Amino acid sequence: MSKLIGKRKSGLIEIGGSLSRRRFIKASALGAAGLAGAGTLTRPRLARANDTITIGYVSPQTGPLAPFAEADDYILAGIREVLADGIDVDGTMHPVEILVRDSQSNPSRASEVAADLILGDEVNMIVVSSTPETTNPVSDQCEINEVPCVSTVAPWQPWFFTRGGDPEAGFEFTYHFFWGLEDVIAVFTDMWSQLETNQSVGGLFPNDGDGNAWGDPELGFPPVLANLGYTLTDPGRYQNLTDDFTAQISAFKDASAEIVTGVVIPPDWTTFWTQSAQQGFRPKIASIGKALLFPVAVEALGDTGNNLSSEVWWSPSHPFSSSLTGQSAAEVAEGYTSATGRQWTQPIGFAHALFEVAVDALRRSGDPTDYYAVTDAVATTDINSVVGPIRWGDGPVRNVAKTPLVGGQWRLGGEFPYELVITSNEQAPEIPTASTMEPIS
Amino acid sequence: MDWVNAIVQGIFVGGLYALFATGLSLIFGVMRLVNIAHGDLIILAAFLSLAVVDGLNIHPLVSLVIVVPVMAAFGYALQRGILNFTLGKDILPPLLVTFGLSVIIQNALLETFSADSQRLQAGAIETASIPIGQGLAIGVLPLIIFVTAIVVIGGLQFVFYQTTLGRVFRATSDDAVTARTMGIDKSHVFALAMALALAVVAIAGVLMGIRTNFDPAVGPARLLFAFEAVIMGGLGNLWGTLAGGIILGVAQAIGAQINPGWQILAGHIAFLIVLVIRPNGLFPRIQG
Repeated sequence: MSKLIGKRKSGLIEIGGSLSRRRFIKASALGAAGLAGAGTLTRPRLARANDTITIGYVSPQTGPLAPFAEADDYILAGIREVLADGIDVDGTMHPVEILVRDSQSNPSRASEVAADLILGDEVNMIVVSSTPETTNPVSDQCEINEVPCVSTVAPWQPWFFTRGGDPEAGFEFTYHFFWGLEDVIAVFTDMWSQLETNQSVGGLFPNDGDGNAWGDPELGFPPVLANLGYTLTDPGRYQNLTDDFTAQISAFKDASAEIVTGVVIPPDWTTFWTQSAQQGFRPKIASIGKALLFPVAVEALGDTGNNLSSEVWWSPSHPFSSSLTGQSAAEVAEGYTSATGRQWTQPIGFAHALFEVAVDALRRSGDPTDYYAVTDAVATTDINSVVGPIRWGDGPVRNVAKTPLVGGQWRLGGEFPYELVITSNEQAPEIPTASTMEPIS
Repeated sequence: MDWVNAIVQGIFVGGLYALFATGLSLIFGVMRLVNIAHGDLIILAAFLSLAVVDGLNIHPLVSLVIVVPVMAAFGYALQRGILNFTLGKDILPPLLVTFGLSVIIQNALLETFSADSQRLQAGAIETASIPIGQGLAIGVLPLIIFVTAIVVIGGLQFVFYQTTLGRVFRATSDDAVTARTMGIDKSHVFALAMALALAVVAIAGVLMGIRTNFDPAVGPARLLFAFEAVIMGGLGNLWGTLAGGIILGVAQAIGAQINPGWQILAGHIAFLIVLVIRPNGLFPRIQG
């Protein structure tokens, strides 16, 4: 099997900015179709049968972010099975090779493996998942080297703005699908509105990328909460891995907060929640990002995790199915549980959807070895994936497609110690709720 | 009242830091070895306890009966098999080797236990507290940790100053060559010291695992405060380590009460102030 050399360096003919070069190549390719044969000038190697398409996949398989990538093996096995015969591009079957690289939860390492995939392995496109620490350096590498890249599992603001994105211009080669801060705020406040409270909210915002974004006085929670009549007690940015939350607990008690919210890492949430119980602080609602994502982190709280709430990006009860395998969300989750014996987690659906987008774009590209053609195909994606419809163009910026977000509560009982039950779907009514909000008892 | 509460809770957190630091202090006191893998060994003990708890279905505190001897044996083997060879005039080899050990432990734990954030389930004592009026309540678990720190340090102090083993430790620490002429086997003594240190690490690991979540990568974060407590207290002085831990805990609590952003910074500032006033720490017993 000969491997195709990508046409990243096809700009032997350098003309001004990248956009005009891209137009030029497109135009010459079109012209080539008319003047039969002349196209070989701009297409040094034509796609042949048996020419392998390579997709690079970067995720944090080791290090602190590793729980995000825990389902990778299962997802990849499923994808490889579906693609065993290759991808059909305009009647030609191309075998597919997926090269998996570990970011080691380290942004520099992520950047390094992405560069390797692009320059060494000469992949045709890159897909990347899990937190801005992984998606951003990989997307940056792709943008610089002009390789199409699709990313997910990072709220879109830290993906777009942290990379210096200009909402007017956007990026040329890098595309992202997920939800944003505005969706979390909407989901959380909808959950809170279901219960009678004194509208006093305590905020736990750490001094990291997420904490500063959530607590931002202009773009974060504070202005929205003020508009809706909530009073927010925000004692200030604390450092991650804090051993003592007495100051925050005292401040919340003084404000008689009945709601606690924030974006907290799991060990800190356990420390806070345990100390709260010890010091007699018991809010009615606790809606927390990050800490409550994985079921094991909730189990770590013993019985005190009951009715804690969190945003839900994907669940087996989402009424979506894969465009690749036809499996429903429930079947994908069930498959993971029967393959590993473990409870489903939210990143599973998105890891699967990432490959749905990639395969669909390569299939429609006309020439999977042409970076521009593949990028154009990604931009015109319109599929119904296992995480919902994905379509760029009607997002907040042109490189971002938003997927639906709902809210849920962790409840004791069921097949596993805790089950995530959807309690708010105001943002996405197509996703059914299974219950309504219950106060923490 | 908030301030009183903050300081009381800070003292209890100090007990935790002291417990983290005691093993480090002990090893440095006896053989001048700076153990970079100390934080990872604490996490290793916590995972060991997790495996025992899951396997035998017992309370994490009961698992200490198994975890403490296993960690001590591991310490003995580690010192005799590897670390003794790194000790010498140059302080760099032990630093590098323990750094490597830190990486190895993290990855071995990741392979064995996955990256999940875990916790030792201790039932009701996790959240139980003793109310002492006016909104002030002392958590039972922090109290247990604080008392354990005092008991452990008191016990080690007894071993060091009242027993033959302690005399041997001190003699080897003061002058290994002369100690050798008295028939003391340095390798064995150092290995015993490491065994004792890892027994303390086992206790610290289990109590930390009950207190909050741990995962394979979190060890190094536990190392910094332990170092600060050891250095503030004065090298080689175990009661000094307790004092260092409490100063750190209280400084952080006061900082947090002003603004949570200053919590960690306040601890570091206290550390700097102590270093400026007493470069050898508050109660140094040996000259570093």
